[in-house]
Amino acid sequence: MTNEELLEIVEKEAENTAKFRHRLGVCTGTGCMSSRSAAIVTELQAEVKKRGLENEIQVKKVGCMGLCAAGPIISVQPENIFYRDMTPEEAVSVIDSLDSEPLHEKMIDISEPFFYRQEKYALENAGVVDPERIEDYIAAGGYAALIRAITEMTPLDVIQEIIASGLRGRGGAGYPTGLKWSTVAKIESDLKYIVCNADEGDPGAFMDRSVLESDPHRVLEGMAIAAFAVGASQGYIYVRAEYPLAIKRMKAAIKQAEKMGLLGQDICGTPFNFKVDVRLGAGAFVCGEETALLNSIEGNRGMPRLRPPYPAEAGLFQKPTLVNNVETFANISGIIGDGGKWFARIGTAKSKGTKVFALTGKIKNTGLIEVPMGITLREIVYDIGGGIPNGRKFKAIQTGGPSGGCIPAEHLDTPVDYESLKALGSMMGSGGMIVIDDTSNMIDMARFFMEFSMEESCGKCAPCRVGTVQLYNLLGKFQQGEATEADLATLEELCDLVRNTSLCGLGQAAPNPIVSTLRYFRNEYLEKMKPSAAAAKEEAR
Amino acid sequence: MLIANRKIAPPDSDRRWKIVDATMRKQGYSPTALIEALHTVQEAFGHVSGEALEFVSESLNVPPSKVYGVATFYNLFNMVPLGEHVFSLCTGTACYVKGSGEVLEFMKTEYGLEPGQTTLDGSLTFMAARCVGACGLAPVMILDGEVVGRLSPDQMKERIREWMSHDE
Amino acid sequence: MSGNTTIKTFVIDGNPVSATESETILDVARQNGVNIPTLCNMSGLTSTGQCRLCMVEIAGSNRLTPSCVTKPEEGMEVVTESPRLLKYRQMILELLFSERNHICAVCVTNGNCELQSMAQRLEVDHVRYEYLHPKFKVDGSHPKFEVDHNRCILCGRCVRVCDEIEGAHTRDLRNRGIQTLVITDFDGPWGESKSCTSCGKCVHVCPTGALAEKGKSVAEMAKRRQFLPYLVMRRKGASK
Repeated sequence: MTNEELLEIVEKEAENTAKFRHRLGVCTGTGCMSSRSAAIVTELQAEVKKRGLENEIQVKKVGCMGLCAAGPIISVQPENIFYRDMTPEEAVSVIDSLDSEPLHEKMIDISEPFFYRQEKYALENAGVVDPERIEDYIAAGGYAALIRAITEMTPLDVIQEIIASGLRGRGGAGYPTGLKWSTVAKIESDLKYIVCNADEGDPGAFMDRSVLESDPHRVLEGMAIAAFAVGASQGYIYVRAEYPLAIKRMKAAIKQAEKMGLLGQDICGTPFNFKVDVRLGAGAFVCGEETALLNSIEGNRGMPRLRPPYPAEAGLFQKPTLVNNVETFANISGIIGDGGKWFARIGTAKSKGTKVFALTGKIKNTGLIEVPMGITLREIVYDIGGGIPNGRKFKAIQTGGPSGGCIPAEHLDTPVDYESLKALGSMMGSGGMIVIDDTSNMIDMARFFMEFSMEESCGKCAPCRVGTVQLYNLLGKFQQGEATEADLATLEELCDLVRNTSLCGLGQAAPNPIVSTLRYFRNEYLEKMKPSAAAAKEEAR
Repeated sequence: MLIANRKIAPPDSDRRWKIVDATMRKQGYSPTALIEALHTVQEAFGHVSGEALEFVSESLNVPPSKVYGVATFYNLFNMVPLGEHVFSLCTGTACYVKGSGEVLEFMKTEYGLEPGQTTLDGSLTFMAARCVGACGLAPVMILDGEVVGRLSPDQMKERIREWMSHDE
Repeated sequence: MSGNTTIKTFVIDGNPVSATESETILDVARQNGVNIPTLCNMSGLTSTGQCRLCMVEIAGSNRLTPSCVTKPEEGMEVVTESPRLLKYRQMILELLFSERNHICAVCVTNGNCELQSMAQRLEVDHVRYEYLHPKFKVDGSHPKFEVDHNRCILCGRCVRVCDEIEGAHTRDLRNRGIQTLVITDFDGPWGESKSCTSCGKCVHVCPTGALAEKGKSVAEMAKRRQFLPYLVMRRKGASK
């Protein structure tokens, strides 16, 4: 595939699109699919055919449009109308409405902040392109960055663009991506690997799933550019088995890209080779930890390895390996296409670009959002999220999943960036944001996460294996109102131990939900304590 | 990888073993194909049986204890057959915040089922699923593969009762 | 090797020491008579850094470092004893005691147990965590040995010696987290194992009474480990 051939496809696709008077896009992400959006597609296609309008109306499957709370969503282009809560039955009336009045009562108001406050970058194509057609991705400008990188740039140029962009790992820890790439590039080896971490195990997070389902080629392109930059020839995408649709689309995308010569041997007539395979996770949260993930790809128990050596030196099969998260890879083609500086204009001094979040819990607009770094939590909750439903009060927002913490109302004006969230005792995490209202009890929340960490602990090191169980049991005592002062002291001491002595990130971060709720909602713990002997005496007097 | 002619006979004449064998062959019977092989076994048979473990262990030349260790490390592999019907309740955070814990309790009190358990007659398995990633629909339950979301805990209980009695 | 070996000098507890490229902080500490507490580590087997007792402080870093798997750097200042380290080590031991059923008074290795002596050394005289009281049956199906998971601390030595030295890989771990258990083959009775060579190495590297010879009564089971350095030495000799 050359640039000319690519442009040919773009032109052909544009011609094709221009032919249609109306284009209907139906969301076929997991959320909408479970609300029968596949049936909507079939119904629409049948109806269009019945009316003999195949050459005038296009019915297309697209990825996630973000507002999952209103799904299934149908978009109508070029009118730019979005319909909510569609059913196969109602969908037909959308066709009726095309050349007359739109269905006002079903329209989504796109002038709402949910739409205009977002900045789509990694999700640029989500809800726009058909994730099952490579031509559609190419028509949207896809693979141009890859071709540009391998035909016009040196690996060093590519890495410099990534460094200039200031992009940091979107998996949660925020390690500078450019630095990671240049480390792997500098190590000499006959074989290097690229691994895409799509083991999105955070409960309450579905960013990576949406990216894979909505725009799989974007991730592949990012991986291929990375492979070129660091000198790798084999890639693996490690996807949770719980995401069947993402797996199916990713596998199909790999086949299409191979067929077009965008993956495989001698890509674009250059000596660059890159092959990608999908590997399935099997239900272990710890495999999101990169060294555990590598063990899992090798067919072992997903136990973390000791570092050093870091994966960049001795990773998969002991070869230098670059591990990045789905969203990180999804940002690459844009950076190469538009330049690192262009990317770096978005965001804050230390956190550049945008971040995708899965906004869920007690919030009106649940869904998938992409916002510029530096936006405040308040803007996310009240503008984009539309506030708390049922007249309840905001209590806290949980970020970073079982490794993160709860942020209370008084910190809602905190800008979203790696350092600010960390300073509050939470973390960016991979992007789960769960809004908690005043009906929830924070000890219950902490125990929910501790149960998760306990069940997901791999069992290798003692502090995490036993410490999480003891923490979970102690929280139970609080729930029952049977905790004593000594229990509170033990709870805090144990949190400190598990954090400082556990072997991997999972264990080290496991106490965070307790530590952060103790920090902001200590009263809830104190209220639950058994009146101490001293206090009881006092009362008796 | 080096032993091309080292072909292990499957436990019986069930044609599904061929699918399992094909997965392993595709990776040159490398020990690293272990998890892929177990996925295929589960897909083909619905669960990972003892004889499947033996077959995979011998085919890939991986020690039995390691095969067993890997199969039990990951939640996804069922070592026992599932019931005729499967009810999974998502226990991700978003679902929890919206009341899935209540439904979990309901399954315990109403049907005496803890997550992972199957009814005595083998008709139903109740599972607590890790986040299925459909948090926009929270709380979510999966009734025989059909994702049901956006119901209040009470509506969910109602739906479960219906579904359970429909079965009888 | 001779002639181009790089030697690093660094400091352990205020005393200058030196290390070769391949030596860990723990190796060098032992050579210099500094006894860093360990439970999972065993000379001759791969170090896994999982018991977390050998954690040490390194000047200039707030993070603790497992000394069994960390190589020293030139000029590094290592501290192996501090109030903070002692507190953590005691807590980890308490966690291990709370995890299974460690009742010394009825144990075959009473007086010969590494967990017990470590507790004495670190002055752990009570456990402030709730005992989890799991229930495990003793597997006595093997003609010579028995395994009692109630006394296991999941250090993994038996798994490693069986794989790395004996080459049988009879043992591994099943499940994960608090459910983790050492298994034989497909989790069958030890006596029915096809891969076990009955060599007994696992029994003798076990730090506690979890693995023992049959027919021993309380406090009778002493472990003999002299075979390990010998085998490692012979193996090194053979590969030269």
